[in-house]
Amino acid sequence: MNNLELKKHANDVRKGIVTAVHSAKAGHPGGSLSAADMYTFLYFEELNIDPANPGKEDRDRFVLSKGHTAPGLYSALAYRGFFPVEDLTTLRKLGSYLQGHPNLHTPGVDMASGSLGQGISAAVGMALGAKMDNKDFRVYTLLGDGELEEGQVWEASMFAGHRKLDNLVVIVDNNNLQIDGPIDQVCSPYPIDKKFEAFNFHVINIDAHDFDQIRAAFREARATKGQPTCIVMHSLKGKGVSFMENSVDWHGKAPNDEEYAVAMADLEKIEAELEKEEA
Amino acid sequence: MADVKKIATRESYGNALKELGAEYPNLVVLDADLAAATKTGTFKKAYPERHIDCGIAECNMVGIAAGLSLVGKIPFVSSFAMFAAGRAFEQVRNSVGYPHLNVKIGATHAGITVGEDGASHQCNEDLALMRAIPGMVVMCPSDDIEAKAAVRAAVEYQGPVYIRFGRSAVPVINDRPDYHFEIGKGSVVREGSDVTIVATGICVDSALGAAQKLQEEGISAEVINICTIKPLDEDLIVASAKKTGRVVTVEEHSVIGGLGSAVCDALSAKLPTPVKKLGMQDVFGESGSAAALVAKYGLDAEGVYKSVKEYLG
Repeated sequence: MNNLELKKHANDVRKGIVTAVHSAKAGHPGGSLSAADMYTFLYFEELNIDPANPGKEDRDRFVLSKGHTAPGLYSALAYRGFFPVEDLTTLRKLGSYLQGHPNLHTPGVDMASGSLGQGISAAVGMALGAKMDNKDFRVYTLLGDGELEEGQVWEASMFAGHRKLDNLVVIVDNNNLQIDGPIDQVCSPYPIDKKFEAFNFHVINIDAHDFDQIRAAFREARATKGQPTCIVMHSLKGKGVSFMENSVDWHGKAPNDEEYAVAMADLEKIEAELEKEEA
Repeated sequence: MADVKKIATRESYGNALKELGAEYPNLVVLDADLAAATKTGTFKKAYPERHIDCGIAECNMVGIAAGLSLVGKIPFVSSFAMFAAGRAFEQVRNSVGYPHLNVKIGATHAGITVGEDGASHQCNEDLALMRAIPGMVVMCPSDDIEAKAAVRAAVEYQGPVYIRFGRSAVPVINDRPDYHFEIGKGSVVREGSDVTIVATGICVDSALGAAQKLQEEGISAEVINICTIKPLDEDLIVASAKKTGRVVTVEEHSVIGGLGSAVCDALSAKLPTPVKKLGMQDVFGESGSAAALVAKYGLDAEGVYKSVKEYLG
């Protein structure tokens, strides 16, 4: 898929995020938007998946370890065809299959997650299972940078590095903000890349909003043998919505009606620019 | 009684895994640096490629098991009850219980019969913790035969299961031709009419010993063995309580949240009956030999006998 198409899908995914969170009157837009380009690339290009057959056995697996950014995952799944885009507005509502944090009742979701630090362990288990059975599917997991403060992340990383799980890609969304403030002020996990290197990962630093860099990183990951890969993606929290960008206030808050209108106008402006580029 | 065969249920666990490993090629065993103690070393020796040592990291081990189950494995997570149910409680709840995954937790060294290691390692809260997780099957076998049957039943069952095993050797009490095991079914191991003693795990043997002593004094005690704490065989307990009118529960666990609480939950809803709960009375254990501890906390045959007698007045 060319980058322009990816950008357009990513902008749709962002609209879906803002719409879902606005409808739910709660949720986590900041970290969903920072990872929107990654969700888009994963579901529209990287992953071997089939929306018509979400449980197909040889599919690549994705575990959203930073489960609070479920709106980003749901939006990508919806736009990729796993379920109707209209259903995004049922997010967090009673009876919806789009729970506040992912569970196995959503088509395309491979693991329940949201309690930070736990998703990566499940992803490591899946990667280990694939190795034991000589299956060639790959396993991806996305973590928040604040999530790296959870000790279980390093238990899982120690195991993955020790077992040389080269079918595993750990992606860290480094937007530098967590609920209580900048991560380096709360309890710094920096240097992130050096830490994963020390745990025997092949580490790649990229710009989270550059599809060429994302594509190249995954290509490099597939070519890496004998160790898992960690992609540290440097991102902008709230990316795409002017008043949410780099603002910790929008970690876990929904826009009101006026804010929603501004947010959608921002994204429509981006859409118009992309259409101009296409023409 | 010197010729009674004794074996620790953790040994039974290791032996059962080895046996089932031959039948189920997708059965895998995870350990956290305790394979020698949990007795899964027996499985490891037979199937080294299917034994996964996760190092001293129980929370991650539970998560890895969850992932393995999602790609078709039947993982058995092994550690001491303190760490499997205690330290990794939230991982068991959120990564196994909530998605209702086919993960089995084999928790050894439960209760005070851990002995000399002391209170830090004597888990008297695991049944309460595991029972509170929706959809979790919780079992506490009483001897070698029941432990092996429970492990087999866990493999055949689709969904999360917690099984509690002990460190110390216990007598084989279910060695009879008509023995049959089923998840959720208890059994009357001695019939009686004056009082019902409901026991689990190693306390079934104590209850039988107590019933014998009570018989000598003309008190007829019915003894029920409950291996599956959840789902509880409520019908069996209610039927017995209806007959005797008085119930005593015995467990090597806190009286808060375990077998005693489960029995009270059932009886209060279906047949309100006075219940005396024997177990750890909201206290921590201490170092000592398993036998000395069981005697101190009144969970041997003599202790159960005395408590029942006192209760009946």
